[in-house]
Amino acid sequence: MTRSGLRGVSRRRLLGWTGAGAALAGAGAVAGFAAGESATEPAPDPSGGVVPFRGPHQAGIVTPAQDRLHFVALDLTTTDRRAVISLLQRWTTAAERMTAGAEAAPGGAVNRNPEAPPSDTGEALGLPAAALTITFGIGGSLLDKLGIPRPPELADLPPFQQDQLDPAFSGGDLCLQACANDPQVAVHAVRNLVRTGFGTTSVRWSQLGFGRTSSTSTTQQTHRNLFGFKDGTNNLKAEETDLLDQHVWVPPEQGPPWMAGGTYLVARRIRMHVETWDRTSLAEQESLTGRTKGVGAPIGQAQEFDLPNLGPGSPIGVDAHIRLASAENNGGAKILRRGYNFVDGSDGLGHLNAGLFFVAFMRDPHRQFVPMQSALARRDKMMEYIEHTGSAVFAVPPGLGDGAYWGRTVLEG
Amino acid sequence: MSRRMLAAATAALAMLALAACTSTAPPPPGAGGQGGPIQVQASDTACQVSATEAPAGNISFAVQNTGTKITEFYVYGTGDRIVGEVENIGPGLSRQLIVEVPQGGQYTTACKPGMVGDGIRAPFTVTGNVPGAAEGDALLASAVAGYQRYTNSQIEAGIARTQEFVDAVKAGNVEQAKALFPVSRTYWERIEPVAESFGDIDPRVDGREDDERDPGVAWTGYHRLEKDLWVTGLQPDSAAIGDQLMADLRDLQTRAATVQLTPVQLANGAKELLDEVATGKITGEEDRYSHTDLWDFRANVDGSQAAVAALRPAIDQRDPALGPTLDQRFADVDAVLEQYRAGDGYVLYTQLTEQDKQRMTQAVDALGEPVSQVAGLVAA
Repeated sequence: MTRSGLRGVSRRRLLGWTGAGAALAGAGAVAGFAAGESATEPAPDPSGGVVPFRGPHQAGIVTPAQDRLHFVALDLTTTDRRAVISLLQRWTTAAERMTAGAEAAPGGAVNRNPEAPPSDTGEALGLPAAALTITFGIGGSLLDKLGIPRPPELADLPPFQQDQLDPAFSGGDLCLQACANDPQVAVHAVRNLVRTGFGTTSVRWSQLGFGRTSSTSTTQQTHRNLFGFKDGTNNLKAEETDLLDQHVWVPPEQGPPWMAGGTYLVARRIRMHVETWDRTSLAEQESLTGRTKGVGAPIGQAQEFDLPNLGPGSPIGVDAHIRLASAENNGGAKILRRGYNFVDGSDGLGHLNAGLFFVAFMRDPHRQFVPMQSALARRDKMMEYIEHTGSAVFAVPPGLGDGAYWGRTVLEG
Repeated sequence: MSRRMLAAATAALAMLALAACTSTAPPPPGAGGQGGPIQVQASDTACQVSATEAPAGNISFAVQNTGTKITEFYVYGTGDRIVGEVENIGPGLSRQLIVEVPQGGQYTTACKPGMVGDGIRAPFTVTGNVPGAAEGDALLASAVAGYQRYTNSQIEAGIARTQEFVDAVKAGNVEQAKALFPVSRTYWERIEPVAESFGDIDPRVDGREDDERDPGVAWTGYHRLEKDLWVTGLQPDSAAIGDQLMADLRDLQTRAATVQLTPVQLANGAKELLDEVATGKITGEEDRYSHTDLWDFRANVDGSQAAVAALRPAIDQRDPALGPTLDQRFADVDAVLEQYRAGDGYVLYTQLTEQDKQRMTQAVDALGEPVSQVAGLVAA
């Protein structure tokens, strides 16, 4: 990425945001390739500014959860490693541009040869960066196709009781998680990257999300899921760096070398039968969850962040959701959740096709997610109201240094 | 089922001259330069060409079909750019072809007995160069002239094959008409963007039952006969519809002969044909009664490749990386389609699974992106 590569093609014409966004923006990092455009037209970006694309870890994991998600899983349509490398280089360039608020490619939506299709699809013209992050993940099936050994952490998940997985919503050789505070910015990012991938990748499945159901920073309020409950109160937070090192980031000694500083992403598409849930009494809803619906306090406590009493004499039921999902119940295992609500229209039977798109990051899905989900699938009474319809695991390599592209350390050894 | 294109003539005058050059008449003396035309014996299993080398300029071939199937003869350049072609040579017939080849290099000759697949191919060397042939403007003029000749030859062959189809309809021979329906459409589908450029012909020839028409305008064309053959049975006016189809195709022939295309129109035509595949064929909308959509799919891709190949020398001059990508992506689509071949045709759309359609969509998406880059390139 050169400075001239962005000159005159920025979506916003400049990256000279001010105010709250600047704290997130890592102004120095972006100014490195946007200087020269920023003097002319200062425009504050109330939607979160620019999140730095490069760093020790990928953005979009401990980044304060944005409001909107567009997640896409793709399959390779080739096993030619050079073609894959070429795509990942082009993806990285386009993703870095878009997260900085620029168009996907030089020339963009309107400033190119009028006889050629625009190099950017254009629906984000005039929109701010909106804290867009694009997080890149690699599925085990990609490694199999290219003859690269899978880390044991990337083994397929075992089946869980009551799983209703649809292959059309599961797996994938690669994933891109685009999060932003403007849904159009997130969709624009995915659409342009999908377009870039034609001939090398094809879309396997894709999921839109809204209303982040987890907070990933102590500065954020806890949002509610479509059952109306606060979700992710007990989540790991960006500020808890020691816990992140312990539960989320892969340490060098864990291996393989290309995953040091990376993490693993588990995605589960969870259909929620909101119609039957809505006919359930408040007392039953709270009992199943283990929290009050109003402030979100653990049953028996007064405030949301009060610690639940899970010991002897606990008022929280043995099968309550928060008990089964708790670290105490899972050998101390914690995960970083970053899920979103979804409503994909209706199901043709008169019900909303609604639910939670669960996304979580962790060092080892088999040590952290699998025991937790296994317990929930067998014992959680909430399972009467939900159905897991999609599932995938991806390795999320560490962040990129200057000049590096997604997947380089995996593909070039 | 073959890919097309040619780019031989360097000017409209040359094109007009060439358009008259495929005929069943014996070759005029000396038309092929020194030593008369190169003789081609095209049987069902062999393609014997009497010379493998000729000097740049006008090269003349005399093609005799000694086999039992209808055959075609092609001269290809790089990227299967059709430098010259004769379509629709019936058993026992001879046709003559004069090809203008201004640039020396490696070419390929091919016979296609049954009009299927890549044909029986052999290398052919052209020596020397016609001065000025490789300059940019000449390359584009050559592309346009070549594509126009392609269009005209497709229309001519389409008229002949559609007449057979219409004759079967008029004779009440439903089974024969059904067999000829997808074949007769092939030529139309290869050049559809040109046909669509005449706004009134396309609705008459290729309109669908639920298309909006002006009050009093009847539904005519291929799809009306398709419904008669597959659904309702032949109607009292089926024969008249057939005659109308022939009249409309002759109208197209007259008008296409004078149309002036630009290189950008060629490139956009190539893209539009793939759009047709994506939105009309993979969805099964085109041939909703006969389900012969894959014939049309094949023809659309042929036509797209023909237009791209016509522009190939100009593409190679402007972006040397694009041509090989186009070659690969066209080959990928060919490979996918070949999996659905049944005899000289294809399986019916109703036999495709969701996974089959997914595979086709992927291949066409992968091809559509680089093809969409051609217009900007040749406009620059």
